[in-house]
Amino acid sequence: MPNTKRSRLFKVAASAVAVTLGATALAACGSEDKDSAAESGPASLTYWTWTPGMDKVVDLWNKGPGKKDQITVTVKKQASGDTLVTKILTAHKAGKAPDLVQAEYQALPTLVSNDALADIAKNVGDAKDKFAEGVWQQTTLGTDAVYAVPQDIGPMMFYYREDLFKKYKLTVPTTWEQFAGTARQLKKVAPDKDLTTFSANDSGLFAGLAQQAGAKWWTTSGDKWKVGIDDPATEKVAKFWGDLVKEGAVDNQPMYTPAWNKAINTGKQIAWVSAVWAPGTLNTAAPDTKGKWAMAPLPQWSNSENVTGSWGGSSTAVTTDSQHKAAAAKFAAWLNTDGDALNALAKEGGIYPASSSAQLSGAFTTPPDYFSNQPDFYGQAAKIAKTTAPSAWGPNVNVAYTSFKDAFGAAAKDKSDFTAALKTMQDATVTDMKKQGFEVSE
Amino acid sequence: MTTTSRRSYGVKGAPYAFLLPAATLFALFFALPIGYAIWLSFRKVKVSGLGLGSGARREVWAGVENYTDALTDNELVDGALRVLGYGCVVVPVMLGLALLFALMLDSDKVRLAPFTRLAIFLPYAIPGVVAALLWGFLYLPDVSPFYFVLERLGLPQPDLLDGGPLYLALSNIAVWGGTGFNMIVIYTSLRAIPAEVYEAAKLDGATPLQIALRIKIPMVAPSLVLTFFFSIIATLQVFNEPTTLKPLTNSVSTTWSPLMKVYRDAFGTGDIYQAAAEAVIIALATLVLSFGFLRAANRRNRQEAAR
Repeated sequence: MPNTKRSRLFKVAASAVAVTLGATALAACGSEDKDSAAESGPASLTYWTWTPGMDKVVDLWNKGPGKKDQITVTVKKQASGDTLVTKILTAHKAGKAPDLVQAEYQALPTLVSNDALADIAKNVGDAKDKFAEGVWQQTTLGTDAVYAVPQDIGPMMFYYREDLFKKYKLTVPTTWEQFAGTARQLKKVAPDKDLTTFSANDSGLFAGLAQQAGAKWWTTSGDKWKVGIDDPATEKVAKFWGDLVKEGAVDNQPMYTPAWNKAINTGKQIAWVSAVWAPGTLNTAAPDTKGKWAMAPLPQWSNSENVTGSWGGSSTAVTTDSQHKAAAAKFAAWLNTDGDALNALAKEGGIYPASSSAQLSGAFTTPPDYFSNQPDFYGQAAKIAKTTAPSAWGPNVNVAYTSFKDAFGAAAKDKSDFTAALKTMQDATVTDMKKQGFEVSE
Repeated sequence: MTTTSRRSYGVKGAPYAFLLPAATLFALFFALPIGYAIWLSFRKVKVSGLGLGSGARREVWAGVENYTDALTDNELVDGALRVLGYGCVVVPVMLGLALLFALMLDSDKVRLAPFTRLAIFLPYAIPGVVAALLWGFLYLPDVSPFYFVLERLGLPQPDLLDGGPLYLALSNIAVWGGTGFNMIVIYTSLRAIPAEVYEAAKLDGATPLQIALRIKIPMVAPSLVLTFFFSIIATLQVFNEPTTLKPLTNSVSTTWSPLMKVYRDAFGTGDIYQAAAEAVIIALATLVLSFGFLRAANRRNRQEAAR
């Protein structure tokens, strides 16, 4: 105890020195601290997350396993997605990032490239078998390190208005070719309706569709990156949607607007290519059509295939700024593999767990309220989740995503060539990587 | 002798002592951040290898690279042109309406003046984001009551969130929000004109219209210059309205206005160095344009005074 004062003084002095030496020095100082002092003894951790109700899940930890190990976690609610990445990077620059952060899979390379995430392989390595291989691989970036523990996933599916499909005598498409046929047929019987829309305001949707077609946007060989955004697989997807928009078979307006809400609520748009979290969105956007929707696997590129892409999903990561990395990793593993924790996450946060065993237990034995007409909703979802294609994220997904919004937004508006927009996206991504000094192979 | 010299020393030092708080605040919260932004604009990040893990990313000197990139970037130039087009609609319409309303409120025949003044001023009290959301809903064909009425009447329904009409749609939000403020500025200076001036004009047989054109407008010219000056700055910095409308339409890109590009580069693509360089360029352009206008206006005033 008499040491406390001196050690605190030392810490103040150390951090003052570290600030003058820059962030790298501070990070180094932090990791030393972890190995010596923080393995045992009380730890107080801060956790940045956007999952609703996370404070209640964390309460389970603080009153249960956390109490035993004297590890207390405090939730600081954050905005989701890209905004949080920027915030984490800014905080990390000052050496003040929280201990734990929620991060979308595609943001992990960006965070790792900025040295914001700690390698927790030796703390959470044995959690690996709880997850599908394609999911776990996203947190290792193809290295021996482990940068996060998967939390939720977003396998993609096809949602449609069961009643209207019957009314217009449409069949549920199982291939993309049939999908195009369905869109055209609907235009014939009901010219003012659309099967769906191609929306350029959420890059994750397009990335997921490309992933399903077998695209690998970022790959490495040796010390070089290769950017394959305009690879044949993605080009096929871009051309497919571009042609549908051009001939007017599907709408070209963005989703998540008041107009879109109205279109899917009134049956002006009768289907939606989405992911496992769609029931929540539909519940808000189309409350009047509850019970009239059904879910089916995503259409395939060929009859023999059975793959899907993923849209959304996130993980729990430990930052390099954390003074208690081992304790933080312990919590991250508990949160995403423990049965009680996952049940609470599903109940309070409405997430679809990445952990394979949790996908059929607890909250997932009954369908979501919105889909009470489809009792086997989660059984089917778990089957679809197993078919998720591997993904390949790179260090500047944010650049590619912003470029997508602008290039495809303009192309959708003008009903012009989507493959040209794809080329713009590829060029913007490569230019940015080269500017940052990455070696990019042509 | 000694007392005098000490006292004079104290007197000499006093102004500096009084200045110190202001100077410190200026240095800390104004000069320092600006200086840091300028410093950042000459830096860039340099990655080695695959860029993963610790120590793979360094900050290095970039010279004027960020500036040449910004100036040769079509998106920034296009954004500037878009804002120019937008300003050509907003500034004349907004100031014209503000002047008209101020003159009407100032006329003798007006009734319910305080209420009208408040009603015109009220939109200014509504935050820009809220105003843009409100108008955005009215512009969207599927949810707008206007389109409902147009459809019932069988009239054409223009797409306000596309092409040329988009400029009008955006300008409308700015005019709606800004007219009241400018009107108050002009109106206040109208009230400051002494009554004798009007009396003299009336004795000379001037009609109310002549009074407005020949006396009132020339006498409030300084306020017009001021409101024009503010409007130019506000136009160059337009950000709220297009950013709020962006999710509603494919027509507004993430780099629609120069400031939106700064925001995108800093927080979307994470290149704060590039964003800093662009911010410096926009600040310089704003300074040159606004002060250039002020000087031109002052010179004209002086010439008129000399005549």
